[in-house]
Amino acid sequence: MPFYVSPEQAMKDKADYARKGIARGRNSVVLAYDEGILFVAPNPSSALHKVSEIYDRIAFAAVGRYNEYENLRVAGVRFADTRGYQYAREDVTARGLANWYAQVLGSIFTESNKPYEVELVVAEVGDTPAGDQMYRITFDGSVADEHGFVAMGGQAEQVAGVLKERYSAGMSIEGALGAAIAALSGQGNGERAEINGSQLEVAVLARGRAHRSFRRIRGARLEELLSQAQSGGKAAGGKGAKSAAADGAGEDAPEEPPPGDGTAP
Amino acid sequence: MGAEYLGGQFTAACLRVGTSSFADFLTTSAPDLLPGARGTAAQVPGDLPHGTTIVAMEFDGGVIMAGDRRSTAGSMIAQRDIEKVFRSDDFSCVGISGVAGIGLELVRLFQLELEHYEKLEGRTLSLEGKANRLAAFVRGNLAGAMQGLVVVPLFAGYDEDTGKGRIFSYDVAGGRYEERRFHSIGSGSVFARGSLKKLYTDNMSEADAVTACMQALYDAADDDSATGGPDLTRQIYPVVAVVTEDGFRRLTDDEAAENAEAVVRERMQSPGGPIAPLRQAST
Repeated sequence: MPFYVSPEQAMKDKADYARKGIARGRNSVVLAYDEGILFVAPNPSSALHKVSEIYDRIAFAAVGRYNEYENLRVAGVRFADTRGYQYAREDVTARGLANWYAQVLGSIFTESNKPYEVELVVAEVGDTPAGDQMYRITFDGSVADEHGFVAMGGQAEQVAGVLKERYSAGMSIEGALGAAIAALSGQGNGERAEINGSQLEVAVLARGRAHRSFRRIRGARLEELLSQAQSGGKAAGGKGAKSAAADGAGEDAPEEPPPGDGTAP
Repeated sequence: MGAEYLGGQFTAACLRVGTSSFADFLTTSAPDLLPGARGTAAQVPGDLPHGTTIVAMEFDGGVIMAGDRRSTAGSMIAQRDIEKVFRSDDFSCVGISGVAGIGLELVRLFQLELEHYEKLEGRTLSLEGKANRLAAFVRGNLAGAMQGLVVVPLFAGYDEDTGKGRIFSYDVAGGRYEERRFHSIGSGSVFARGSLKKLYTDNMSEADAVTACMQALYDAADDDSATGGPDLTRQIYPVVAVVTEDGFRRLTDDEAAENAEAVVRERMQSPGGPIAPLRQAST
């Protein structure tokens, strides 16, 4: 270890390290559709998950180092269950969880030798589309309140660019899945990879479900949805003119996301 | 109390590699949230709400659990419509007898324990695993039980491996006993068990099994003041839960009403219930 490192340099080194670690992995996307929130992550494993349930209406998606985000997932489930037990189930919110994650990740970033190489999204499905929430938490504890869709991971800008074109508020699940796949497969050197169900992890927070909203979409159901999405996608391509006013959709997390909690809707 | 848990000890506990058991997690991170954590009082108040009959019965395709709606504090009725049979998860249910306040907390913790495990591990516990966890919770309340804060549950579920319903009973020391065919707990259990002994046959249909449970609860209410019978004036009927391969289902108020009212109608003619033949008919 050097005798003295300036704090700016130390933080910059940590941030570069974390960004590099995250960029090594594949991107994931989270999109709001008419009946809930959709999570799509490239994942050949059927046992190790990038997208998971936290609580009744809250789900967690992550990119980066698996053992680190798995640790955060478990911590989030414990946090949510304790809060729900201590107060009531309806008192557990994505906002509270996102703030807690921000504190945890912020502490880890500043105080430990190695930052967590992770980027998280915490999402909550509402009773109406207006009540849907998505929060992005980065490795240094910054929280951003997102709308419409979120692209996670190293090439987030390219992926978000494709989503911006394809996404519109209130689209069906097939449309949303089509947009997600188009965005994910267009990454790298622009070649389109063949996507089939065994390479994807797809899950939803379904609006209006009693008790637990989180559902994984797998097997035959996923294949069916994929074929609908990919055929429908070609027809719908270019109809991406979204009502920008309604959703404020389309921005990446800004370079300097607001500290502390995200903007309250 | 809430603010502490945003602090370091709780956060550190959340991040620690460890158990998938919610109760064990609370023990290390927030022990005062556990039901048994209240200090042992020198003298337990004598008028805590109490009393019950819960019955459980196997039938063709699963298991039924039914419970009455009365809770008593001394000689007074504390609540007329208390629910004592709960869904613990998609394929199991639990009923409680004893001190209502602690029993309800135990159920709440047990439901969360099962859900927590499932979320962390990505699979549900086996039925035996669930029964064992409940035994551990009952054992955890032993200190309270010695003081008179007794809670004894009855647990039943559908075993996906065998395709049958299974019933488990407990004692205050946390002993866990698998019961065959039917069982009952609570102050009225003696009468309910006698009734079920005469009514039970193997492989009953769901409808018949529900009726048998209703009859048993009626008989228990008939002889035990701490068990409530169907309240036709207020439309308060026993809670009836059915667990099959399709999962947990609680009978709607209308379904329970229909069944209970049919039982009551017959009792108008025969107050002691269906008469059992004195000898087995020879075939």
